[in-house]
Amino acid sequence: MSQEAELGLRDRLAQLSGVKLLRGTKLSAELERLQRQLERLREDTTDEEIWGRVLLARDEKRPYTLDYVERILEDWFELHGDRGRMDDHAIVAGIGSLDGRTVALVGHQKGRDLKERAVRNFGMAYPEGYRKAMRTMELAERHGFPVVTLVDTPGAYPGIAAEQHGQGGAIARSQAAMLRLGVPTVSIVIGEGGSGGAIAIAVADRVLMQENAIYSVISPEGCASILWRDASQANKAAAAFKPDAAHCLELRVIDGIVPEPEGGAQVDHDAAAVLLRESLVAHLDELADVPADELRRARRAKFRSMGVLASV
Amino acid sequence: MPGVSTTGNIDVSIEHKKSDPSGRDGSGGHPNTCPGCGSHYRDDELVEQLRVCPQCGHHFPVRARERIEQLADPDTFDEEDGDLRSADPLEFFDLRPYVERLAEAELGTGLGDAILTGRAAVEGHSCRIAAMDFAFMGGSMGSVVGERFARACERAAEDGGALISVSASGGARMQEGILALMQLPKTVAAVGDLQDGGGVLISVLAHPTTGGVTASFASLGDVILAEPGALTSFAGPRVVAQTTREKLPDDFGLAESNFRFGHVDAVVQRNDLRTTLARLLRLFGAER
Repeated sequence: MSQEAELGLRDRLAQLSGVKLLRGTKLSAELERLQRQLERLREDTTDEEIWGRVLLARDEKRPYTLDYVERILEDWFELHGDRGRMDDHAIVAGIGSLDGRTVALVGHQKGRDLKERAVRNFGMAYPEGYRKAMRTMELAERHGFPVVTLVDTPGAYPGIAAEQHGQGGAIARSQAAMLRLGVPTVSIVIGEGGSGGAIAIAVADRVLMQENAIYSVISPEGCASILWRDASQANKAAAAFKPDAAHCLELRVIDGIVPEPEGGAQVDHDAAAVLLRESLVAHLDELADVPADELRRARRAKFRSMGVLASV
Repeated sequence: MPGVSTTGNIDVSIEHKKSDPSGRDGSGGHPNTCPGCGSHYRDDELVEQLRVCPQCGHHFPVRARERIEQLADPDTFDEEDGDLRSADPLEFFDLRPYVERLAEAELGTGLGDAILTGRAAVEGHSCRIAAMDFAFMGGSMGSVVGERFARACERAAEDGGALISVSASGGARMQEGILALMQLPKTVAAVGDLQDGGGVLISVLAHPTTGGVTASFASLGDVILAEPGALTSFAGPRVVAQTTREKLPDDFGLAESNFRFGHVDAVVQRNDLRTTLARLLRLFGAER
């Protein structure tokens, strides 16, 4: 991993070490985990480890958005519908209380059994889902609520109606809406960060990934079927485009990594939620006193600078 | 999302659903043979006709430089940021290294990447133009496309306030991995700064405009125009057909369908594009 990424993690570690242990055991547990994470990241991620992360990110026992909502928010009130056409169940939105403050939360929602998967459309949203996200963010802006998004989707739904209802435009406008917000925003990729469907709700002041989440421009299978002309070469494709958290941090696409319980978030939902909540609260605390104009300016500047260039 | 184009892009395929014996986009027939009516043309004939078939009105694809020649007043185009090139941060290697594909694309197209940007005048109105070139790796958007587009927004904001984009793209460039996806919010941020500062983006969707470009700047024009018959969708027809196993409508994702569903302001014949853009620049108060 790059020196910068390691430095970032060291900073966070130093910062945590300096924080008074208000939350007692939870924080020292995170400290310990961050230390372990640092050890792990110091060694370069192998191709097999990258593929292992892809499998873990898609593990159907992994906590989904609503599993976190019920563990980290109090007084959760879900908002339904895009106020235009329908309620897209692939994205949930609502308001709730986190550590004493009201936040708006938007997240992709997958399903565990056949019926739930159909209802949630495998976490693949229609434009209506992104419109629900946008109107929730507008509500948050009006009332000064921070916006939290949880990203977990194979991608935006590629369907006839989705196209007719303006899928591309909805994804573009959702990003534009996030870039205009004057309230603090934190996005966490909790599973699959699949392409346009993910970035639509991930243009935040702080973008984090869970340790075993992936974030990518295309699915490994999609990439393999195009470049290798064989979808079964997905592990090779994943190794080539490196969708794991350590590489995303190294490329400065994300701002931090949220540790998971030993073995992965699917092993212990409660422990995963504690760790997620700690990171979320820490970042929201840091952003709490930043003026709206500065939030907007810094957020745009961050995304404006994304990419790696050469010149002749 | 599974993608199945062979051009190196996400989420999309570039083929056309209409029964198309001659192979639109040169996929089967000769590039100068009209897939609409089978007429064949010399290249200079097509250039003169703005690459529109005089027999049936089919719009052939237009390369970036030729597009700018069609739209800008003679000798007004001044290319900017032409020195930018893609780096290879992932050291991406599939069946061939990314750097080799880049070198081949540059040799083949004479362009440094899939977008050409610069200052120009359209019927005397000063503006920036950003024209994409599908021949460069399927018009895919990586760091250079994002950066040149973002700089065009910034230069437009400082100087007259008008940007015309002409998109032709299969989507994000997967050889740049997650950084290609990040060009979506990057270009969206640049359009936001331009528009919040009072500037105007006029977005022209040419065939094909799909994937990441549809999901970012191309859909954010103050005015959105599309060329007749242009495929302008987020997911390509083949991906949609494979995912949904439904029969697609004949006009799936085409400009005319998107016009009907309210996603574009006008479908403009290429012969009228220049005067339409000039009228809009006039209305938005672009400097003469």
